[in-house]
Amino acid sequence: MRQHRLALCAEHFVEWVPRQVARTIEKHAMFTPEERVLLAVSGGKDSLALWDILLRLGYQVDGLHINLGIQEEYSAVSQAKVEGFVASRPGARLYVVDLKGQYGATVPELVRQRRGRKPCSVCGLVKRHIMNQKACEGGYAAIVTGHNLDDEVAVLLQNTLHWNVGYLARQAPVLPPSPGLARKVKPLVRLREREVAAYAILRGIDYIYEECPHARGATTLHYKEILNQLEVRSRGTKEMFYLGFLRARSELGLLRELEPAELHACSRCGQPTTAPGLCAFCRLWTDERVSEGGEFDGEF
Amino acid sequence: MKVIYRDKTWELRGGMTVRDAIRKVGLDPEAVLALRNGVLVNEETILNEDDELKLVAVVSGG
Repeated sequence: MRQHRLALCAEHFVEWVPRQVARTIEKHAMFTPEERVLLAVSGGKDSLALWDILLRLGYQVDGLHINLGIQEEYSAVSQAKVEGFVASRPGARLYVVDLKGQYGATVPELVRQRRGRKPCSVCGLVKRHIMNQKACEGGYAAIVTGHNLDDEVAVLLQNTLHWNVGYLARQAPVLPPSPGLARKVKPLVRLREREVAAYAILRGIDYIYEECPHARGATTLHYKEILNQLEVRSRGTKEMFYLGFLRARSELGLLRELEPAELHACSRCGQPTTAPGLCAFCRLWTDERVSEGGEFDGEF
Repeated sequence: MKVIYRDKTWELRGGMTVRDAIRKVGLDPEAVLALRNGVLVNEETILNEDDELKLVAVVSGG
């Protein structure tokens, strides 16, 4: 871990990682040990490692897995990994939502019905909606996601290059709650992707190694590649870019004057949406054409 | 020495570091972790002729 000027053996590394996460949770006042939180678990390294860490730290965390029905057995294997994790941790509680079974269509089917909309866009919309719904219904203090430093830096680079000012204003380790929207927190934002993967391997966590078939060639992967090249030339570039951005916003007032979008309650599900009428999630299941806008996504 | 990444396999000579082996097969050392004979090792580790090096992708996203 050259950026930390630190070299740890396996035994100390698996103790160091939870301490970093605990510091991040406390520093950003993400949640307390007394609060119940809902973790979005995909079956990948980040969410399963984070679940393991939060359980080890003594937090009250339940898991939510959404089976999206993605082809090439991707969703089936992902769910099996999550269930395998839970089976080996007595007391860990998991909720599974089967998109096809409970809503009537898988993500690939929705994409076929909604020609012109990208799979990752439909997938993100579905996940954000269901996570928020389950967190609000269950009275959870926050939705926890496994976004790591590399994820955040890649999104920051993408949003900066495109000057997506609205997205930049909402990119943060903590998104505070608002009426109808649960608080969202990202306790892994100070850890790099390879540190999280190393933790998962050293802890014997069986996660899905394969990439989602829809993510192949994704723009985020391209930005991560570029950032890795920058990192080789100049160690600590990722931290400098991300932490500098957070500081510029909190201390220098960057993006402060941006007004938050006015939100309306969806006429069907009641969840907040930027346009009056149906939210983008509810429109997915109607004959109405789905536009890329209209959904309050909270991030990205 | 055998190097495995996803469904690909390469045969390389022993005596090089993990980092050199990763570069030799055309991958980015930042984007993978290396398991030598099933054990996670760092990039400076020198590999032996009869080692099996499994590379695991760490980059995910969509």
